[in-house]
Amino acid sequence: MELQEKKVLMDEVAIKRAITRIAHEIIERNKGVEKVALIGIRRRGGPLAVRLAERIEEIEGIKVPVGILDITLYRDDLTTLASQPQVHRTEVFFNINDMNIVLVDDVMYTGRTIRAAMDALIDLGRPRTIQLAVLVDRGHRELPVKADFIGKNVPTSKTEVISVLVKEIDGREEVIIQEIIDQ
Amino acid sequence: MKLEQRKDLLGIRDMSREELELILDTAIPMKDIIKRDVKKVPALRGKAMVTVFYENSTRTRTSFEIAGKYLSADTVNLAVATSSVQKGESLRDTIKTIEVMGFDLMVIRHAMTGTAHYVARNTNMRVINAGDGTNEHPTQALLDMYSIREKKGTLEGLKVAIVGDILHSRVARSNIYGLSKFGCEIRVAGPSTLMPPEIEKLGVKSYYSLDQALDGVDVINVLRIQKERQQSGLFPSLDEYANLYMLSPDRLLRAKDDVLVLHPGPMNRGVEISSQVADGVQSVINEQVTNGVAVRMALLFLMMGGSRDEITN
Repeated sequence: MELQEKKVLMDEVAIKRAITRIAHEIIERNKGVEKVALIGIRRRGGPLAVRLAERIEEIEGIKVPVGILDITLYRDDLTTLASQPQVHRTEVFFNINDMNIVLVDDVMYTGRTIRAAMDALIDLGRPRTIQLAVLVDRGHRELPVKADFIGKNVPTSKTEVISVLVKEIDGREEVIIQEIIDQ
Repeated sequence: MKLEQRKDLLGIRDMSREELELILDTAIPMKDIIKRDVKKVPALRGKAMVTVFYENSTRTRTSFEIAGKYLSADTVNLAVATSSVQKGESLRDTIKTIEVMGFDLMVIRHAMTGTAHYVARNTNMRVINAGDGTNEHPTQALLDMYSIREKKGTLEGLKVAIVGDILHSRVARSNIYGLSKFGCEIRVAGPSTLMPPEIEKLGVKSYYSLDQALDGVDVINVLRIQKERQQSGLFPSLDEYANLYMLSPDRLLRAKDDVLVLHPGPMNRGVEISSQVADGVQSVINEQVTNGVAVRMALLFLMMGGSRDEITN
């Protein structure tokens, strides 16, 4: 599958603004962040969750717990993939019972990742609420789920690919839209 | 070859370092699951596996069974001692019967070398060798390697002594195949009657003196004296064996200060290992059992998931 870059949807400044707004929304929705924790979905949800936590600390002066969730073992397509995806560790080193957990992901698409993430999370304990923050919502939902906090809504076609690039993994900070040019 | 393209896991010998690393890496998150309150993930929901042990086992069989259960596979144990095997059913017919019940994977242990290979050729099920005679016990080697790597950080360049009945030991052979792919310096030690001729062709150094073999090693893997496989006369008595080859606190001093002591179990305390060493601070013998569940979870996940279109062997 070859991809052609079509355009930049968000640059570093736009991503930063979106994160700042989402941080404010999380604080507002939860009336403070006393019982809030952020859990990023591997891979790029991880760095985004860290960034949200930093912004929340700047605003409220409170460090919220941050974790990383690996959802591989909860995917619903394991029996149809040709080979098993690599499993990584889930790093949630705090008790999630009775917490308001904000799941953080880069792109929301079919909703299947979120379904898997909710199942994975509930196996770790019983949060008071589960909320969802995504940097980009590109539509095409296949399950009845929606995000609570959205950086940017982007109408897409199914032949397009949205990539969120973060410094920690990709060396730059951008959201780009690509087109599949051959199958 | 890539692990996901294999139908079966029959031995460490023909596996690549990359395949072994993938299993060991996957075992790390699996071990986290064992330590959770909710020890279950849905990854192998709808898959079925059977353990068939023609030889006795506590650890390996239970470990495979619970590993499958933690991953949500349905696991069944064929109790050979109370099965139609006792009415004279052939191995081939037993395999076919199990296969047509819809199992995806079979774990087999048998006293005869090559049994797992024979089974693998005669079934569509995936097959994992849980010990075939004196040939290989691949999952034991994987859990030994995991235990060493977890404590030492790496396997690269470690000095490992394997001590005891090398001749009858499938654990020794699988460990030698595995550790040598990671550049370990491997020493084997035991009485000459329990040392296979030409063992050094596997790239190991053999010793008849335990003290020499232990000099400066990072890891000691103590093998069980397999009373069930002893012909008479290989050594005069268990007492004499203990005098010469039992790992005691004194002998342990020859190794590095931070030496790890492994034993595949079950232990003959006072024969190949003293209780003080078995229960001492250098021992990872209990941890090996936990790690055994983790590496078997990794293996079952890597082998049992996925579509089977790309399998080549």
